Amino acid sequence: MLDDIDRRLLRHLQNDPAIPVAELADRSRTTAVTAARRLERMTSQGILKGQRTIIEWQALGYAVEVSLRITLDKTDARAFDEFLAAARQVPDAIELQTFLGRVDVRLSVIARDMQHYQQIYRTRILTLPHIADIEALLHVATIKTAEAVPI
Amino acid sequence: MTELDEIDRHILRDLAEDATTSAGEIGRRVGLSQPATWRRIKRLTEAGVLRGRRIVLDLEKLGFGVTVFLGIKLAIKGRVSLDDFERAVSAIPEVQTVQHVLGLYDYRLRVVARDLADFERVLRRRIMTLPGVGDVEANVLLSEERLTGPLQ
Repeated sequence: MLDDIDRRLLRHLQNDPAIPVAELADRSRTTAVTAARRLERMTSQGILKGQRTIIEWQALGYAVEVSLRITLDKTDARAFDEFLAAARQVPDAIELQTFLGRVDVRLSVIARDMQHYQQIYRTRILTLPHIADIEALLHVATIKTAEAVPI
Repeated sequence: MTELDEIDRHILRDLAEDATTSAGEIGRRVGLSQPATWRRIKRLTEAGVLRGRRIVLDLEKLGFGVTVFLGIKLAIKGRVSLDDFERAVSAIPEVQTVQHVLGLYDYRLRVVARDLADFERVLRRRIMTLPGVGDVEANVLLSEERLTGPLQ
């Protein structure tokens, strides 16, 4: 479905999303017209879904990030739906993922400091429904964050 | 540290959703002029709040059907250099993110693969052979949503 030009365009776009089309075309060894047409096609095919701005929470005073790995009590058939609906309402949660494995759900929570985190944990997390077990991973540093895929 | 007002939070929500939204368009939504909105975006960028852009791809359409999160515990901490481990793991193309964490595991990785067989290949040949790697736990991603967090 994708040819080499498409792949080169996506690769360079992954590394530098704000790059002007003319320069993107240059680096991908094609013309600006072709590049624009290809990008339009990949967008209409739903391959290229858009661009997000990354928010640096630390610059807003959120120094603490904790990954909460949660196991649910699955004896109740509504456990997943009810937990997810409630978790979406936690104002300090920035990511919500579900898994197949030892862990059912992961909720990423940010806080200003450890005291703030403890308050969130007690009042917003422990009160979520159907939790069987919680493990916390405290985020120390991000080593790689390209989220690029090997196209 | 930057303090946000209601308009700033609206601007951040809009840009987090779609980085290509123009200052004029955002201004119309929040009731500000284009130059006033642009000044706010510039201030947020200079304060380091807007860290850059990321393109959003449909991984399945690109042939990456599986995303797996790995928790990795180093086997011989202290003897193996964290730098060596981090350098080696960051060089694996299938590894999208590497986070150093405290808790049950030392590192958290996000890995993409074409399918489960491809993931097994990455796990056996690339991950299990990393210097100092010990206990590894894998969880296959089923669904994922980004929440607006404190911007609400």
